[in-house]
Amino acid sequence: MACIEARGLRKAFGKTIALDGIDLRVEEGRILGLIGPNGAGKTTALNAILGLIPYQGELQVLGRDPWTERDQLMRDACFIADVAVLPRWMRVWQALDYLAGVHPRFDRAKAEGFLLKTTIKRASKVRELSKGMVAQLHLALVMAIDAKLLVLDEPTLGLDILYRKQFYDSLLNDYFDRSRTIVVTTHQVEEIQDVITDLMFINRGRIVFDCSMEEFESRYVEVMVNPEQISAARALKPIHERQVFGRSILLFDRVDRQQLAALGDVRTPSIADLFVAVLGNQTGEGQGAAR
Amino acid sequence: MSTPSNVMPRSPQEPQVTAPAVPTASRRMYWLVRRELWEHRSIYIAPLAVATVFLFGFLIAFTLSPVHRHEPLDMPYELAAGLIMGTAFIVGIFYSLDALYGERRERSILFWKSLPVSDLTTVLSKFTIPLIILPLLSFAITVATQFVMLILSSAVLLGSGLGVGTLWARMSFFHMSLMLLYHILTVHGLWYAPIYGWLLLVSAWAPRAPFMWAFLPPFVIWGVEKVAFRTSHFLALLQYRLIGPQPSTTPSSGALMDMLSALTAAQFFSTPGLWIGLAIAAAFLAAAARLRRNREPI
Repeated sequence: MACIEARGLRKAFGKTIALDGIDLRVEEGRILGLIGPNGAGKTTALNAILGLIPYQGELQVLGRDPWTERDQLMRDACFIADVAVLPRWMRVWQALDYLAGVHPRFDRAKAEGFLLKTTIKRASKVRELSKGMVAQLHLALVMAIDAKLLVLDEPTLGLDILYRKQFYDSLLNDYFDRSRTIVVTTHQVEEIQDVITDLMFINRGRIVFDCSMEEFESRYVEVMVNPEQISAARALKPIHERQVFGRSILLFDRVDRQQLAALGDVRTPSIADLFVAVLGNQTGEGQGAAR
Repeated sequence: MSTPSNVMPRSPQEPQVTAPAVPTASRRMYWLVRRELWEHRSIYIAPLAVATVFLFGFLIAFTLSPVHRHEPLDMPYELAAGLIMGTAFIVGIFYSLDALYGERRERSILFWKSLPVSDLTTVLSKFTIPLIILPLLSFAITVATQFVMLILSSAVLLGSGLGVGTLWARMSFFHMSLMLLYHILTVHGLWYAPIYGWLLLVSAWAPRAPFMWAFLPPFVIWGVEKVAFRTSHFLALLQYRLIGPQPSTTPSSGALMDMLSALTAAQFFSTPGLWIGLAIAAAFLAAAARLRRNREPI
């Protein structure tokens, strides 16, 4: 039983097609990174998965139809849709009381334990906390919910690097186990490279690339080619080529690593490099969204 | 749309008993209502403030001119009740207009929707505030205020060597409170229900300026009707809704409390306007819940 299963998922806002027939299958226990340029349909896809918008096509999340059963779905799923969606008037203890009151899977002691590791005071209002502290608070609340699916849409946008690092560290160390599923979108692709188990690129409402990280690491090789061997390297049909400090960096798909090592320095590409390569090949120009 | 499945998928090795107890509907409603009181503290602060100011004024009046104390014995008590209920009504209007708009404006709707609470439950919990919480609260504050007034009057009367017997006999405090409770629950709760329903609907829909969207349409309808048909049925309808059902025979004394007692429960509950109003309120609330399901932050 897949955690998320979509077939022909479509969504249009007026004449703009946000999702153009997406097929998607996320198995239990995976951490999926959903990467795409602005306006590619990432948030629309997540909103459909979370039952926040109606859609066309087939979609089952944890065996439920999210649009008609959002409230039941949220017993087993949780999401952080954005930074700073916690109500600004709320005090920390009120958030704890409220969640303990309405959420059957909220473990208050666990949340308090996470909060002890921070400097957040229980009497503080959300509006008095810094942006990073609000993210910490939200993460503490969400991690105390024993959910099967956690969806994170740009959870670290606008946070400084310390909070961002900490965010994913606690997510991996204190929360994730093989029975949970996490879906995350972000523009800071470099920070989730070591976090995710699966990778998906989305562009113009379509999924343009989909592979596991094991596959990613074995398939793709980036070579900083020695200038004298450039034509030999190009003969191996790189999927992308770019220039850095006057040297050519070529990206190869399914080419023998030993063979490539003879042409220059070999390394695993970053997700951002692959993203630019895949989308550049698709549209004839890099979308420039992967930083 | 895919077909909704009612069956919760579970792997066979996972026993059913591991599912944590779902909070009962009443327990959940309790926390939803508490949440509203946390956010909108004016619900109790505003009537309390008005009551305090009124008591202060009452005290001044009493010490300045104790001559008046005999004639309008029940007048200041009704004034207190009217002021506090009026305050609660105004608070209810502003609360209802903000209830489903504020969460979209401050984006917290995305947090509320990440919790297992349906849109209908949320809308109903917000409707509870003007329908039940505010009437009961204004009743309690009014009775407390009137009680303090009674004690103050008695103290002053006793201090000036007069007996309190007439005051207490004419006041019939218990009867007055009972009538007030009846009035508050029937008129401010049930009779005004469609008003609050309309405001919640506007609050769920308005892209901005909910206050304008709530009051402009009735104004436009009134104007159009006036120009096109030279009638004002709509205005009469609104007045009827605001003033409440009146007894067919006006009591001779004309005092407010007497008028209320004249309209018996049987009369009130057999008024078609009450049931039409409640049906309209239900339709507004259902529409508000449907709208909220589709609403995004603004």
